[in-house]
Amino acid sequence: MACSLATERAPEGRFGPYGGRYVPETLVAALDELALLYDAVREDPAFVAERDALLRDFAGRPTPITEAPRLAHEVGARVVLKREDLLHTGAHKINNTIGQVLLARRMGKSRIIAETGAGQHGVATATVCARFGLDCVVYMGAEDVERQALNVHRMRLLGAEVVPVASGARTLKDATNEALRDWVANVPSTHYVIGSVVGPDPYPRMVRDFQSVIGREAGAQLRARYGRLPRTVVACVGGGSNALGIFAGFLDQPGVELVGVEGAGEGLATGHHAATLGAGRPGVLHGALSYLLQDEGGQVIEAHSVSAGLDYPGVGPEHSWLRDTGRVRYASATDAEALAAFAALARLEGIIPALETAHAVAWLRASRGRWEPEDLVLLCLSGRGDKDLAQAAARGREAP
Amino acid sequence: MTTSSESPLGRRFAELRSAGRSALIPYLTAGHPSPAATRALLGSLDGVADVVELGIPFSDPLADGPVIQRASQEALAGGMSCARVLDLLAESPPGPPVVLFSYLNPVLAYGPAAFVRDARAAGASGILLTDLPVGADPALEAALRAGPLDLVPLVAPTTPAPRLRRIAEVAQGFVYLVARLGVTGAREALDPGLEAAAAAVRAVTDLPVAVGFGLSTPAQAAQVAGFADGVVVGSALVDRMGRGGVAPALAFLREMRAALDSARSPVGA
Repeated sequence: MACSLATERAPEGRFGPYGGRYVPETLVAALDELALLYDAVREDPAFVAERDALLRDFAGRPTPITEAPRLAHEVGARVVLKREDLLHTGAHKINNTIGQVLLARRMGKSRIIAETGAGQHGVATATVCARFGLDCVVYMGAEDVERQALNVHRMRLLGAEVVPVASGARTLKDATNEALRDWVANVPSTHYVIGSVVGPDPYPRMVRDFQSVIGREAGAQLRARYGRLPRTVVACVGGGSNALGIFAGFLDQPGVELVGVEGAGEGLATGHHAATLGAGRPGVLHGALSYLLQDEGGQVIEAHSVSAGLDYPGVGPEHSWLRDTGRVRYASATDAEALAAFAALARLEGIIPALETAHAVAWLRASRGRWEPEDLVLLCLSGRGDKDLAQAAARGREAP
Repeated sequence: MTTSSESPLGRRFAELRSAGRSALIPYLTAGHPSPAATRALLGSLDGVADVVELGIPFSDPLADGPVIQRASQEALAGGMSCARVLDLLAESPPGPPVVLFSYLNPVLAYGPAAFVRDARAAGASGILLTDLPVGADPALEAALRAGPLDLVPLVAPTTPAPRLRRIAEVAQGFVYLVARLGVTGAREALDPGLEAAAAAVRAVTDLPVAVGFGLSTPAQAAQVAGFADGVVVGSALVDRMGRGGVAPALAFLREMRAALDSARSPVGA
């Protein structure tokens, strides 16, 4: 691309050329403050102890790993699921919201805002805010408010204000724009809990660190149970936080193949998809340089995915770097493949995955022949699918 | 600090200073409500406005309120792009110096070096990038500053003093002081700390200070002219352009002009 960006490699805040802090001036001081605080507390024993106690006693960590023998029969390898769906609120998102809300309390901020796509991050944020008595406002695309109604009810029950966003495609990107606008107006009192490894520094590295508990736990659990590492680790990628969380346990193991699965929507050739790494090119949105679905003039193109959590035209900047370096392989699964995998996992293993997660399951099912039967394949089961039942029923995926 | 008395913006502010006047700086979204309307307004501004901010529409204007969001969407739907904004500027009759106001991504997609070159050729004098704060991308910023356009920085109410000094050191053209926390859009009252914020900018730079975000009435403009070199009016103007086109927009600017001219200039002759 024709951009001369970032020959500087700041040790923190950049992943190769990607990342950075491309934000309105009003937010620069708040990001400085957040980065300074995060760097000061990330290894502070008191902070770590407080966070880990909440992860254990409130959120339910550690989550188990579950072998999936009937799915394994379809896939042709031993499949192990990391069960983030069993976490309180039903997805990995709460790993991050606990960490960020603790930071907000240390900064003396009494008001929390968040964006949400599928609603899982909004629910996780509302949950932790309720636990600490903080005001919580969640921005959610009007389209997502409709297709994820259950999560809207949950957030309201938890005391959060849910603000439907009617601009643009009325999905996650637009909710993020609106959350950033709120933050610009209210930054002295408000902390913005970004839900994925996106946004300006320090969010991508901070959210990754908070989610890395997934990979650390899974690595230790696999070693204890099987005495070996997985051949492949696979996770779905929207913004990419569950993927970076589980990859974190294996990035330094060159023998472990890492695969991220994006939403291919109606198919890459149709243009109606959310495969940012597969079909985008670098650009700046929401504060970071990263791969982006955009037209020739640099206008952002609306993403499309049946899964609200993957329906985002950007992706975390670290994923862009992992793509360019080749350390992670990025694939995609279509809406139809994901819906089929959603039903298949329910029937085969008694586990209803989130539609986001179902994309990773779909890639596994489509990759038979890739492994030896005894190879271990680890899949991040990032969330449960209760929220998606109405939508799957509407798409005719109750029956196989 | 970069002294830019050689640049069109520097010359314009120097003239205003010696005349004891404050600059009226209208912001308009290029192509809204139509390219023809933008051209017509640009051609009618001599004697009314002193500097013009011409907005390049972007799909995700996260620093803008509802009025400019809507205007941007309409302009994009009408086919606006970086390239077409430059064409539109080149086709417009000569008028006050123009600062292009953009989010970073359309400029990146065009190619930053090519963009500033072509923008100068089209008649622009400066560029202001909402989401490229000072220090965010030193290599890119240096390349832009070395180019033929003044790279105008923003200062916010939240900008701490050490950072303000750093911004002042690299500022070109003028310093744009954001009048309040929040996105663009009309507000009834001025931030009570605004005058002190302008004074803080003045203390670290000799460059002109223009104030914008939320200014929508002649009375506010006159008040701000008491302590700033320029007053930016955006959403209130874009709203009139959208509802009635050039005539009400121009009438509004004339009212603002009269209010500014009746107010005392901060530095005098």
